[in-house]
Amino acid sequence: MAIRERLSGNEAVAYAIKQVNPDVMPAFPITPSTEIPQLVASYISNGDIDTEFIPVESEHSAMSATIGASAAGARALTATSSCGMALMWELLYVAASNRLPIVLTLVNRALSGPININCDHSDSMGARDSGWIQIYAENNQEAYDNFLQAYRISEHKDVHLPVMICQDGFITSHALANIELIEDDKVKSFVGEYEPEHYLLNDDENIAIGPYAVSNYYMETKKGQITAMRNAKKVIQEIGKEFGAMSGRSYGLFEEYKLDDADYAFVMIGSAAGTTKDAIDELREQGVKVGLLKIRVFRPFPADEMTAALKNVKGIAIMDRAESFSGQSGPIASELGAALFMAKSEAKVINYIYGLGGRDYTVDNAKDIVTELRDYVEKGTEPEQYKYIGLRSR
Amino acid sequence: MKDTVEIRWHGRGGQGAKTAALLLADVCFKHGKNVQGFPEYGPERMGAPITAYNRISDHELRVHSNIYDPDYVVVVDETLLEAIDVTAGLNPNGAIVINTTRPKEEIIPHLKGYEGKVYTIDARRISEEALGKYFPNSPMLAAIVAVSGVMEKDEFMSQMRDSYQHKFAKKPEVIDGNMKALEMAFSEVTA
Amino acid sequence: MSNVIDYKNITESSPWQDITEGNQIYQAATSVSFKTGEWRTNTPVFDSEKCTQCLLCTPVCPDSSIPVVNKKRQDFDYDHCKGCGICAAVCPFGAITMREGQ
Repeated sequence: MAIRERLSGNEAVAYAIKQVNPDVMPAFPITPSTEIPQLVASYISNGDIDTEFIPVESEHSAMSATIGASAAGARALTATSSCGMALMWELLYVAASNRLPIVLTLVNRALSGPININCDHSDSMGARDSGWIQIYAENNQEAYDNFLQAYRISEHKDVHLPVMICQDGFITSHALANIELIEDDKVKSFVGEYEPEHYLLNDDENIAIGPYAVSNYYMETKKGQITAMRNAKKVIQEIGKEFGAMSGRSYGLFEEYKLDDADYAFVMIGSAAGTTKDAIDELREQGVKVGLLKIRVFRPFPADEMTAALKNVKGIAIMDRAESFSGQSGPIASELGAALFMAKSEAKVINYIYGLGGRDYTVDNAKDIVTELRDYVEKGTEPEQYKYIGLRSR
Repeated sequence: MKDTVEIRWHGRGGQGAKTAALLLADVCFKHGKNVQGFPEYGPERMGAPITAYNRISDHELRVHSNIYDPDYVVVVDETLLEAIDVTAGLNPNGAIVINTTRPKEEIIPHLKGYEGKVYTIDARRISEEALGKYFPNSPMLAAIVAVSGVMEKDEFMSQMRDSYQHKFAKKPEVIDGNMKALEMAFSEVTA
Repeated sequence: MSNVIDYKNITESSPWQDITEGNQIYQAATSVSFKTGEWRTNTPVFDSEKCTQCLLCTPVCPDSSIPVVNKKRQDFDYDHCKGCGICAAVCPFGAITMREGQ
């Protein structure tokens, strides 16, 4: 029987960490993820868990120590946001290329500048090519559930890659809301003990981690890394299903909401998907066939699966909560746009940039988008295909 | 009561409006509701105007935007009436609850023609009488529960006693004062 | 990742499927099998008659190519000596001379 509770997104992830009881957590505080290491530190000082907490002097050190701990054979994690993750930059690549099953719980926040503490996805989207698996949450429940699945994915023998568990800064991290928690014993048996095959503190085996690779080895090594990333697709789905059998909440690469018979579809990530669902319900009552594809896993990018799910829609609004400065699209639209082209899709597409630096995204925004998309499809209007919504303009 | 009740709080940094919104979410959660309680975050400074929100519903809450058309507004600091458009979008079938020492007639001209119910309460006097200090959030919490009817008084009082016993486990001497503040606010809030 | 991957089986012509995750190496002292001696363009020559076994040469060798057995240095390990000449420069007794070529 699930435990009915109310927690903020940060509290939910901290509680999941408590239930998993990882071995080592080096961390450096930054808004809006500060509460996570703070709450974990309280759990440790109260004797609830025996995680080794390492207070470090910067995020660069936080990720370095996490890498060291993971290489040593520990189940390791850290938490950060925005500029904190930017300071980890080179280590993100080191963690991934060294194939270390680290979990980073990221609370998405705009990456300067102008300096801003509120939500957008510019931090994690900037790190999309660093080799980390990226899993996003719509609400506190998903942030909790995703964390509980993270080590199963990262430690899987076909994967061995670090996992970034993302949730929206303040919007979910600091909002108190209902949640269903899972009993400790169920969590323990689902997550399991970590038994690394190769690790530095193994008395019986000498190993070297992170050696230099000359050109004759480098590309072959990278091919191994992307193969693991591709393997992760299947593993993530299997574990999402197994999690569903345990909790009643199954997870895949993305969620389809009223997409089966939809003429129009939103594609988006994170908390704004919930707001969009309310708009979809209103529009459905008016007879407009709108649906949503909410991306849960952005790395690996589920291109084939998404284009298949979108094959019958006439118009797609691809929603990016981050700018890529290509000048032609945000990050989701550039990747999904390419995937749709390769899948020979004929859907009309508009890419909306929304919610930067915490700009609110409302049910009305979503309804306006559908109006514009319908005009494009039904009346042949030619809207800008890459535009900002919720922007003041003269 | 309609499906989802939306409440907007206006206060100043340090007065506990955010805490009050979280407490309201908490007590409604215990009452069996689906809840949201969230502040609008910016640079947090003592005295700066802040906004916090609640949604309370029998259904799952999925929307994650701020609240633009609230059913109820709570004004924790009446000096905000000059600076902030507190009735913006406020449902005329709802109500506004204002912490003030002044009679309602003096307040109404600041409400931009709002046609719904206007409730006032002197949270400063209540707080100072009950607690010996000015913490407006407990009386304002009781006032909005009384005005909105999100739950019955008896249940509210008993849930709040539980909450305080947990929250003030290390200083139980303040529990009775807070309970008294709630009780006074419940009976004194007037339309 | 297999438990029995021997680094000696991984070469610059190995296909990507045979490369370990993150190039991890599961044995110690693997540099022994890497014969750097062929890089040598000058070769130290050891004269045991002149050597007093003071052992100043051993610790300064950057490639650990002066083996010591029972507190006595042996002849050079030419599989790994790169011919840098530091040992010859440090020897006070002229017991090491550098010869051009391998």
